[in-house]
Parts: sequence; structure tokens; C-alpha cells
Amino acid sequence: MYSKKIVIRYTPDIVQQPIIYQFTKKYDLVFNILKARIFPRREGVIVLELTGLKENFDKGIRFLKEMGLHVEPLAKSVSQNTEKCVHCGACTAFCPTGALSFEKPSQKVLFDAEKCNGCELCVSCCPVRAMEINLL
Amino acid sequence: MKKFKVEKTFREINEKIKKGRAVVVTAEEMIDVVEKHGTVEAARKIDVVTTGTFSAMCSSGAFLNLGHTSPRIRASKVWLNDVPAYGGIAAVDCYIGATEVVEGDPLNSVYPGEFNYGGGHVIEDLVSGNVVKLRMEGYGTDCYPARKQEKNININDLRDAFLFNPRNAYQNYSCAVNLSDTTIYTYMGMLRPRMANATYCTSGQLSPLFNDPYYRTIGVGTRIFLGGAQGFVAWPGTQHNPGASRTAKGVPRHGAGTLAVVGNLKEMSPQWLAGASMLGYGVSLYVGIGIPIPILNEEMAMFTAVKDEDIFTEVYDYGMDYPKGAAKAIAEVSYKDLRSGTIVIDGKNIVTAPLSSYYKARQIANLLKEWIEGGKFLLGEPQQTLPSV
Ligand code: SF4
Ligand code: SF4
Repeated sequence: MYSKKIVIRYTPDIVQQPIIYQFTKKYDLVFNILKARIFPRREGVIVLELTGLKENFDKGIRFLKEMGLHVEPLAKSVSQNTEKCVHCGACTAFCPTGALSFEKPSQKVLFDAEKCNGCELCVSCCPVRAMEINLL
Repeated sequence: MKKFKVEKTFREINEKIKKGRAVVVTAEEMIDVVEKHGTVEAARKIDVVTTGTFSAMCSSGAFLNLGHTSPRIRASKVWLNDVPAYGGIAAVDCYIGATEVVEGDPLNSVYPGEFNYGGGHVIEDLVSGNVVKLRMEGYGTDCYPARKQEKNININDLRDAFLFNPRNAYQNYSCAVNLSDTTIYTYMGMLRPRMANATYCTSGQLSPLFNDPYYRTIGVGTRIFLGGAQGFVAWPGTQHNPGASRTAKGVPRHGAGTLAVVGNLKEMSPQWLAGASMLGYGVSLYVGIGIPIPILNEEMAMFTAVKDEDIFTEVYDYGMDYPKGAAKAIAEVSYKDLRSGTIVIDGKNIVTAPLSSYYKARQIANLLKEWIEGGKFLLGEPQQTLPSV
């Protein structure tokens, strides 16, 4: 089973169509809506956790893109607020991918967005809330 | 006969600081100095060693004088941004504690609670110059008739504000693991089941009290770096326990010394005081502290050259033993091992993560060094050193 969190951005012209329904039904993906927002000009953003076969997942994503939606892994929205981070390192023990790690010898905690898988473990374990998910 | 080959006094060192001639190094740099030159030569060369720590320190808070309103109020109940402060002192004095949670917080009813705002965050907001909503209630007296007052203030509207932390800068602190089968949320952070991770505090070789293990130079009146300003050691901290067991070099194996510290909140900065939210546990305050250690003799040179590999702490199970109050150490590890990222217990590799910031601790030691070199910070000779053994 393959599981991944993705961010889908809508434009006003397609907000009316039942795309998510078609997408999950057609490709047999179990979905969990983590966040959903529609903005005043009717564009919107929705965060889904999808579980299914990797093959179907990939086909599904292609379908969404063909429909004109902007799709990206949630990981792309994770960032480290360097103003807030106190470099305690609490997050380094939780990050499963090594995206958060100590830089030696400075002992600064650096965030490597390339390695992040968007699991959000750091968001809840950071005592000063320096790890942020920016959906806008 | 003199007890030491090198003998210097606080006054002599302060004279050198005033003339801009004091030689200052950080506790990390001192390790190399002593290795290269030995303790006697190092004591001749070096006047002051600076230390630092930046960690969540729960036993912290600030006394605030809110200033009188018209009509006057005896503010027996006080809230700052809806966080209750203690009002059981004179009419408009109160104490805001770091671990007080905002009113109406779901706490752990949605487990693990997020604890997004509390006393530590109020203190951070104040030092950041942010507007804070002040709410007061009194029962009404002939001299203080008002029953309710509400206004928006910032730190400049407070008549007085000083940080007074009853227990900070713990000399040593245990390392936490979880032997149970479920993830637990503690003041030592999130601990995964079956010893999947270990957390620890203190900045080891950079930490203030590890560099003066018997408190020979630290006591009431020692001038320190506190939250970005110059503050003082006010008293031995609560739970100060000099009798803890120690290594041959005098380094305590657990808890031991603590400090009560005081300083002007209005001079502090959010860079060195930050609110903390510990998932499933509560709120706290990150506090930055640095203490200058005068090298009065070769013994102080020896103490300040302490290294992570000479400092040990005990590992405790926070899953079962600790909450029961029947904690016994399951292992002893060095700070060198802890800082390497993995420790080994019973043949198992365990990932470690600190809760205090070594990066910021080092910044504090360097800043303090700059202040002393620049003649901006003089040593405060203690009126009375801390109780020792
Ligand atoms: S837990 Fe937060 S503050 Fe600490 S190093 Fe990680 S991002 Fe920075
Ligand atoms: S979201 Fe997960 S993978 Fe990304 S940095 Fe945080 S802990 Fe690491």
C-alpha cells in the first residue's frame, strides 16, 4: 500500500466540478481530507492523504494535472521559520527522512526541503512552532 | 605557603576588564588552552571563561507592577492575554509564571494537547514589545473601589517588570527514555515506545555550573547574562543539592546545583527568551543564561577545562518508573555520546536529541566574551557563595 499527502490547488473555473470524487473512485484511492479552503474569488486549496496502489496513485495524479489542477506533495509546503527556530534539535530525532539535521560544527539545525516527505511530525514536536505548513 | 601557584582576585580582574586588557575565552576554547599549556600557565594567561546555556526552564516567571488606574483597583485576579497571573501580592503587583496555560485551553482533553499559549509566551510577547491584553478584578475596598479594569498594554506601560526565576541552570539533568509500549509526551519531549529515542538537556561542557562544579566563584550577587541583559544570581535555586554524587573531578552525576536568577525584563530580548509549547505536557519558557567564571587560580583553570567526555548523566525511564516516583537509573552515559546522536543501552542503539540549544549556548558564551573584552560587563563578586560540599 502506498500513502502520501498531497496539496491540490483549484482555480475558480473548475471549483464546481466533482473532480475529487471522480479521481478517488476511478483510481480506487482511499482519501482523508486533512484541510480544505475556498477563497473569496472561489479559488481553493485542499490537502488530501491518499492511500492505494502506487500505480493507481501515479495515474490519478496525472488525471488531476490533465484536468488543469495544480498538484504537489505536501512536503513542498513545509518550511522552517529561521527567525523562530532556536536550534534545539528536538525535531532531528523525529524527522524520518533526515530532512532536519545538525550542521557540524556549528550545531545549527538545517532543513533540507528536498528530503522532506511532508509527514508533519516536526510541526507538532517543535516547541517554538518554527516548522510551518504554508498552503497559501 | 600559598595554596595555589597563581592567585588573582575579582578586583584585579575587574581592573583589567576596565582597561580593556582582560583575556577572555569561552568554555570550549578553554579546553584547548589547558590542554596546550597546562592549568598553571592557563591560569596565568586567562582571566575569565564564559559559559552559556539556552534551554526550556519551567521554574521561571516575572514580577510585574501594573501601575495604578483611576479609579484604583486592588487587582486580586489578573490575566495577561487571558493567561492567569498570581495577584495575591500588593494592589497592582503580580507574578506571571512560565507554565501557566491560557484560560479555556483544551489541555490534554484532546490528547496530546498542543498548548499553544501560556505564561512563557506572555513573557515573550512583552519583551517583543507586543500589545498584551491586561484584565484585572478586585473585590472593591474603600481605598480601591474599582472591581474590574481592562486595557491593552505593552511592556513600556508597566511601571516595573523583572524576571525572577526560582530555579534555572540546573547543573546536570537526567536523560529520558520510554520503556513502555506507547508513545508518551513529557516535559522531556515526545518519547517513543521501547526506547526508540532519548532526550537530554544542558549544554554540557559549555553549561555554567559544570565549569564551576563546587560554586567557588558563583553566589548571591554574581553578575550574569540573563535573557540578553545583565542580571544577577539572587539565591541558590530551589532544589539546590550540592550533596549529589560526583565523579573524581567533582562533576555531579545528576541534578545538584541550581540558581535563582533576577534581571530587568525591560532590557531583555525575544532572541534569548522564547515561549515553548511541549506537546502533551504544557507551556514553558526558553531562557538564555551565561555566567563568567573568573580564573582566580589553577584549580579554576582545571574546572573550566571540563569536556563532554568527562560529564555523565543518568538515563531514566519516563514510561513507568518516573511517573510512579520510584525512578532508578537504568544506565549512565556521557555528554560526548549524547551529542554524537546515538547512545547504546543494553546493546541497543538509541537516537538522541537535545532539548536545549547548543548553538545558542555558544552564541551566549561568545556574546558575554565580547561584552567583557569591551569593558561593558564587570564581574560581580558574590556576597556569599552558594552552599557547597
Ligand atoms: S525543534 Fe523547532 S526550534 Fe528546535 S531545531 Fe527543530 S525547528 Fe528549530
Ligand atoms: S515534515 Fe516530516 S519529513 Fe518533513 S521535515 Fe518535518 S519531520 Fe522531516
